[in-house]
Amino acid sequence: MTSGAPAKRVDTARALWDAGLTALLAFGLFLPLVGFETVTDVRNDLILVTRWPLLFAIVAIAGLGRLAYSLAIEPWLQQRAIRPSAEPAPWRRYIASWIIPFALGFVILYPAIVIATAGFGRAVKWIDNFGIQVLIYVMLGWGLNIVVGLAGLLDLGYVAFYAVGAYSYALLAKTFGFSFWILLPLAGILASFWGILLGFPVLRLRGDYLAIVTLAFGEIIRIVLINWVDLTNGYAGITGIPRPTFFGIPFNAEEGGFAAVFGLEFSPIYRTIFLYYLILALALLTAFVTVRLRRLPVGRAWEALREDEIACRSLGINTTNTKLTAFAMGAMFAGFAGSFFAARQGFISPDSFTFLESATILSIVVLGGMGSQIGVAIAAIVMIGGTEIMRELDFLKLLFGSTFDPTQYRMLLFGFAMVLIMIWRPRGLIATRDPSVVLKERKAIGKDLVKEGRG
Amino acid sequence: MPGGGDILLQVERLTMRFGGLVAVEDLSFSARQGDITALIGPNGAGKTTVFNCITGFYKPSEGRLALRHGNNAAWDWLEALTDSGERSVRRAGNGLFLLERMPDYLVAQQARIARTFQNIRLFPGMTVLENLLVAQHNPLMLASGYTLLGVLGFPSFTRAERAAIEKAREWLDKVNLLARADDAAGDLPYGAQRRLEIARAMCTEPVLLCLDEPAAGLNPRESAELNNLLLAIRDQNAISILLIEHDMSVVMEISDHVVVLDYGVKIADGAPEQIRDNPKVIAAYLGVADQDVAKVEAEVGL
Repeated sequence: MTSGAPAKRVDTARALWDAGLTALLAFGLFLPLVGFETVTDVRNDLILVTRWPLLFAIVAIAGLGRLAYSLAIEPWLQQRAIRPSAEPAPWRRYIASWIIPFALGFVILYPAIVIATAGFGRAVKWIDNFGIQVLIYVMLGWGLNIVVGLAGLLDLGYVAFYAVGAYSYALLAKTFGFSFWILLPLAGILASFWGILLGFPVLRLRGDYLAIVTLAFGEIIRIVLINWVDLTNGYAGITGIPRPTFFGIPFNAEEGGFAAVFGLEFSPIYRTIFLYYLILALALLTAFVTVRLRRLPVGRAWEALREDEIACRSLGINTTNTKLTAFAMGAMFAGFAGSFFAARQGFISPDSFTFLESATILSIVVLGGMGSQIGVAIAAIVMIGGTEIMRELDFLKLLFGSTFDPTQYRMLLFGFAMVLIMIWRPRGLIATRDPSVVLKERKAIGKDLVKEGRG
Repeated sequence: MPGGGDILLQVERLTMRFGGLVAVEDLSFSARQGDITALIGPNGAGKTTVFNCITGFYKPSEGRLALRHGNNAAWDWLEALTDSGERSVRRAGNGLFLLERMPDYLVAQQARIARTFQNIRLFPGMTVLENLLVAQHNPLMLASGYTLLGVLGFPSFTRAERAAIEKAREWLDKVNLLARADDAAGDLPYGAQRRLEIARAMCTEPVLLCLDEPAAGLNPRESAELNNLLLAIRDQNAISILLIEHDMSVVMEISDHVVVLDYGVKIADGAPEQIRDNPKVIAAYLGVADQDVAKVEAEVGL
């Protein structure tokens, strides 16, 4: 702990002392954890091996990191704290005004960019694993943002509606053979129906209690899916779900398939590109509707509900109905995403709808900044895209040995991102609020004033 | 005199119990159309409880709270409405509402009673203008076709919203906050927040405005401005005001009728001049028994 008075100059001796202490602490901590390893050799004996290079690498990182922090980062932070907060730099405003058109252009051109850079063969992986996967979570994040970010209702069971959408599509498509384009809206309607059904008893609760009950509801749905074997085939899941067609033209190698009709050589990439644009359109629809609703009385009532529920009631707003609409709207978008998910995978099982999914979506919303569309999109790219990127970081194997699997460190990445955000941006990446209506001049509202809602 | 005169709100035998505690006991009073009625009393006398009963936030243990719209003809329906078990009756421009049967949001929406709170309850993270638009939620919701027409951008909704903004602008002008319309409500100084809360309540187009200690925390100049604002609301908008207040300068200057509560029981009811000299009221405020008032007054030099 440094003294309360702001240090004017950097105290090098103290910084070195701190760094040495940190390195020592890291050594003590990591010696048993990392320094020694027990392995079974060829004769099946347990032997103790030491990993000194790795241990000292970690100790050096800790020590040097601490040194860099006290020599460079801390003085800089203090400087920043002293300086009165001025108007944001002009380049920031410039970026802010260009980021949306730029991002839109990028996501629309993304498949072309990937094909141009990675080639036709490798592009499928990048569009599917990276593009589609991230966009599903962007859409789910935006959907949950309505419930958590705008209406301030903490929902820990959001994945339940995703599951309802996915199973609605899978079961109705397999049993009745309805097409994707009929079932997409139907899945959304069914999911929002479930949202309302859940909402009636649950929305009397507030804050932590609401969170617990929504969590329980999410688990109930999953357990019903596991145990209602007649309908859902239990753990085994549903296979052979019909894939979406290009407005009636299937993506296959046959005579009437997409490639043949358009005179192209057959390749799975067409379906992938089609799915990419489909989820992009769905995600943009979510964003458009949310932005639109925020400027309508219902959206303003959601935000007012987050700010002060009692004041809302004193103004004649039926808070139960308002909460239900938020719940239903969020659930509807999860239903759309769910039916897309089922159609894209061709296979679903209860394993895809665990609490971890709810937690991931919620952490995307919280990291992005509750209520902020761009923040949520960035958070989804970082969290989901980051996980996917980790699969590609083969050079880490050189550093940590050939058995090192970067994807296993996914949860560590989540936790690390959470901690960093909590330290630097406790209200999420983009925490300021944009007013929904303006009389003369648009001013962003500071994060300290905007409430988080208590359910 | 129940049923007579120009009575707007009639509270009859209101009792509110919280477990064993009787917060309000057998209280009856009435507020007249176009009057400023003040509800005063020492701390803990049950004033805010009465407010919460009137505005539907509490369900009274006993009693009848009736409000009329239109003219006095509505009072003729009172007994029939009470016996029918309905919440309200509306006929030919008149209406009668039994507030104890209505949930809080319907009291605001249908009976058109607006209120403010003792500890200000604005939407701090929304702009001043947004606060006033939230107050016009119900008419705007109707104009947006319960969101459907609004999402599609129908011109009828755009018109309604423009009218709502215009109304908000009018009220901002009246409470002298027009220059801060696009600032967050939580950024306003305390006195301005009080004024904004009143403006927000007025944007719901109430027939009765209930103010819970509007002058609390205001300096003398601000409290004089508040007096003028309340008188203007009464005179220009023909709105009746029910007021809880500790600041006697506000109560004595602007109210037409004062009801005094002590320990949940009404101890006086009348014009401000009568209340000022009522020994029971003075005793309650000084915290002494009736017969000791003269002695204490002599001591403090009244």
